[in-house]
Amino acid sequence: MTTLLGIVTLAGAVVAMAFRNLVHCALALAVALAGLAGLYLQLGAQFVGFAQVLVYIGAVAIVIVFAILLTRGGQTPRQRVFSATWPLGAGVALAVFSVLSWIILSSRALPLGTPPEPAAATGRIGDQLMTKYLLPLEVLGLLLTAALIGAVIIAMRERTDE
Amino acid sequence: MRWTVEYLWLIPLLPLMAAGLSALTKRSGRAFAASLAIGAMGLALVLAGMAFAQAVLHPGRCSVNFPWMQMGDSWLKLGWVLDPLSAVLLLMVSFVGLLIFIYSLGYMAHDENFTRFFCFLSLFAAAMLGLAIANSLLLLFICWELVGLTSYLLIGFWFHKPSAAAAARKAFITTRIGDLAFLLGIVWLYARSGTLLFYDGGNGCLEQSGLAPLAARATGLGLAASTGIGLLIFCGAIGKSGQLPLHVWLPDAMEGPTPVSALIHAATMVAAGVFLVARVYPIMTPCLPVVAWVGAVTALFAASIAIAQTDIKRILAYSTVSQLGFMMLGLGVGGVAVGMFHLVTHAFFKSLLFLGAGSVIHGCRSEQDIRCLGGLRRFMPITFATYAVGMLALSGFPLLFSGFWSKDPILEAAHRWNASQGPFYLGLCAALLTAFYMTRQVFYVFYGRWRGHPARQDVNRPQDPHESPPIMTVPLMLLALLSILLGFIGTPAWPWFQAFLEGRPVGFDISGITQPQMLGLLALSSLIVLAGMALGYWLYGRKPLAGPGEPDALERFQPDLFGLLRNKYFVDEIYHWAFVSSTARWARLCDWLDEWVCRGMVELVGYAVVGLSWADRFFDEYVVNLGFDRLCRRLTEGGGLLSCLQDGRLQHYLRIMGVALASLILLLIWGCRLP
Amino acid sequence: MSSLHSYLITSALLFAIGLGGALTRRNAIIVLIGIELMLNAANLNFIAFWRFGPHPEALTGILFVLFSIGVAAAEAAVGLALIIAAHRHCKTTDVDELDSMKG
Repeated sequence: MTTLLGIVTLAGAVVAMAFRNLVHCALALAVALAGLAGLYLQLGAQFVGFAQVLVYIGAVAIVIVFAILLTRGGQTPRQRVFSATWPLGAGVALAVFSVLSWIILSSRALPLGTPPEPAAATGRIGDQLMTKYLLPLEVLGLLLTAALIGAVIIAMRERTDE
Repeated sequence: MRWTVEYLWLIPLLPLMAAGLSALTKRSGRAFAASLAIGAMGLALVLAGMAFAQAVLHPGRCSVNFPWMQMGDSWLKLGWVLDPLSAVLLLMVSFVGLLIFIYSLGYMAHDENFTRFFCFLSLFAAAMLGLAIANSLLLLFICWELVGLTSYLLIGFWFHKPSAAAAARKAFITTRIGDLAFLLGIVWLYARSGTLLFYDGGNGCLEQSGLAPLAARATGLGLAASTGIGLLIFCGAIGKSGQLPLHVWLPDAMEGPTPVSALIHAATMVAAGVFLVARVYPIMTPCLPVVAWVGAVTALFAASIAIAQTDIKRILAYSTVSQLGFMMLGLGVGGVAVGMFHLVTHAFFKSLLFLGAGSVIHGCRSEQDIRCLGGLRRFMPITFATYAVGMLALSGFPLLFSGFWSKDPILEAAHRWNASQGPFYLGLCAALLTAFYMTRQVFYVFYGRWRGHPARQDVNRPQDPHESPPIMTVPLMLLALLSILLGFIGTPAWPWFQAFLEGRPVGFDISGITQPQMLGLLALSSLIVLAGMALGYWLYGRKPLAGPGEPDALERFQPDLFGLLRNKYFVDEIYHWAFVSSTARWARLCDWLDEWVCRGMVELVGYAVVGLSWADRFFDEYVVNLGFDRLCRRLTEGGGLLSCLQDGRLQHYLRIMGVALASLILLLIWGCRLP
Repeated sequence: MSSLHSYLITSALLFAIGLGGALTRRNAIIVLIGIELMLNAANLNFIAFWRFGPHPEALTGILFVLFSIGVAAAEAAVGLALIIAAHRHCKTTDVDELDSMKG
């Protein structure tokens, strides 16, 4: 099950990065995010998984689709979609992946066993949010407010005085 | 009359103030300047007379000293002294000076620088009187130098004449050489005895305690200190009194006006040298032989030159040199009194002769060559009479005239001298020649026919030479009278003068003359004088010259010898060749050095600096600037290259960040992994 | 190779894919999608470590991821607003043409 979810996620990511049609990319992104949500559920972080579905798929992916539509990206672009120097970028990504995987595989510090499943009750998450992580919560609220206002202002059509 | 000693300093001060005030007077204030000078001199004469009376009535020595300048712990003191020596000189200088001042009123009446003349004359009188009363060798030296300065100013009075200016310079430089030795002597004396005062209540340098340290020490040359000091001081006297090596300035000094020649170069300034030797006699005792020999040789030397001269004043100038030699001889062999007596009588008859010559020059419209004169006996009787008196006095005509009574003790002392009879014979020859040349001069000028140049006579009033006005002849007569009378105060029968100087009582004693030795000497000197005069008459009196172009009688007889004497033994030429031209060559060499070497070096340094600066500029422009400019250009290009990194392309930035991420991780891991 | 390793490899791979897309695609929105993928890869990493690491009862991993999701949402909103504004201004969403910041 985990393997399958992993493959779905990765495939969705690859498709999101490779396809020409932007809408297809956005949909593929949604698939990848859904796969990730499933992985979270596998790992026992149910709340995060559902939050992932709600926020990412339900909001972020939709906003991306809206942005695609607003920027006339609906049609398949005629010219090339990859930049002229795309091997360089691919090489960089490959380098980063190789370094990361080398670290992971050769690390001696990573725990090897499989501990028992922890209890991640939502109530406990709520408790933590309200006590220990109260300040980050409020800051996040402020951040979201600012982002909301900022996005509105940036994307707003400029008023021209007649 | 004790107050005369306290106020002795007034005597030089009065003419000094007259000189100062005359210096501020305009050229037109002639009467004012003249009256100032003569008034001051008259007052000084009165005071000098009173001082003389004081010295006669109260024999002895009174000195007044005062501290002048402090040098560390010791004080330099100055002062004045009234003793027979200074009293005699004071009276003589002020009297003769006054007469000559009065004479100058007439002589310089036509000169436009009348005021300046009297200013300088007063200054000279002040300096000479100060010299007479000085009790300190330093004060004497100061007055000595002042006298030399005024001599320079007065010789070069007509400075626009090149010969006068050159003569003044020559006088100053020649006396300077003597003065340098004099100054060395003073310094040495001060170093040895610690004082420059003559009489200081027992501590003066002429008194016992002062002289003792001088005699003891011997210097490197084997001389005692006193001998060395005495010789150096005598060098000063040689310069000032025109003795043999440094006599060359005195004949040339005749370029000055005749009153100047009379006052300065006959009676007083040149006598200062003799006075100096007399004053420091206790110090001079070891070198008296030198003094005597120098005097004797000078006397004969100058007399021999005088017989071949043709300028009326030059004959008298060489005669002065010769008589100064006699005075030095007298000081050397006979003592202070002998030399000083001849100095006093000489002052009177020599100034008489000079003033008479001045009268002749004035009457013959500035003619000075004796070959162009003649027969003036008829035209200028008073001048002739007084001149004859002076000539007889100078020759030493027996019995009547002062020259006889003053020259004789000198010859007598020379005869008695133990060291050698040389000076005695030299003196005898000089006396013979003195009589000879004076006779020659009188016959040339006053006898025979008038050989005067026609152009010398006034075209409007073509008349013969005329007698001088009374203002000039009265002093002549006075001086003539004294030339006769003064002799009688110093005869061997009644040696009042000598006794006065030596401070002892005296009485009339005919045996002084009738002593066989003295009588023999008197007869010998009379014979010499008469022989000289006879020779002169035989050569010049019997057949006087017909015209100015005719050769001299002696010249016909011995032309080569005459030529040598005429040219003063070529001493001037020798000096010029030995010293003057070499100095001029040295000066030219130094000038060349300065022009080429020093200036060349300076210019070389200048060029070097200019070259350095050019090289520096070259370096700055082509190396520094260029290098810097190139560097900046490269930097700009490099910057341009580097700015290509900032191409505004987001993905490029991100790629670089990705690479950086990977590298950092690797670095960290390897850093941690290293032992 | 334990499950942790596999999860970590997966998240690394996802990260690399997202990075590669962000570095090579010309459209700005795709770049943003790539960035979202990278963020999600990091989230996966956190959850994996929470699950298999020490002290899972502290819920640190979960809470971190929650905040990460919140921030990512804000960032996506602002970013997309920027892209829309840029599109309005320059008539393009091609990152290669949005280079007026070049120096």
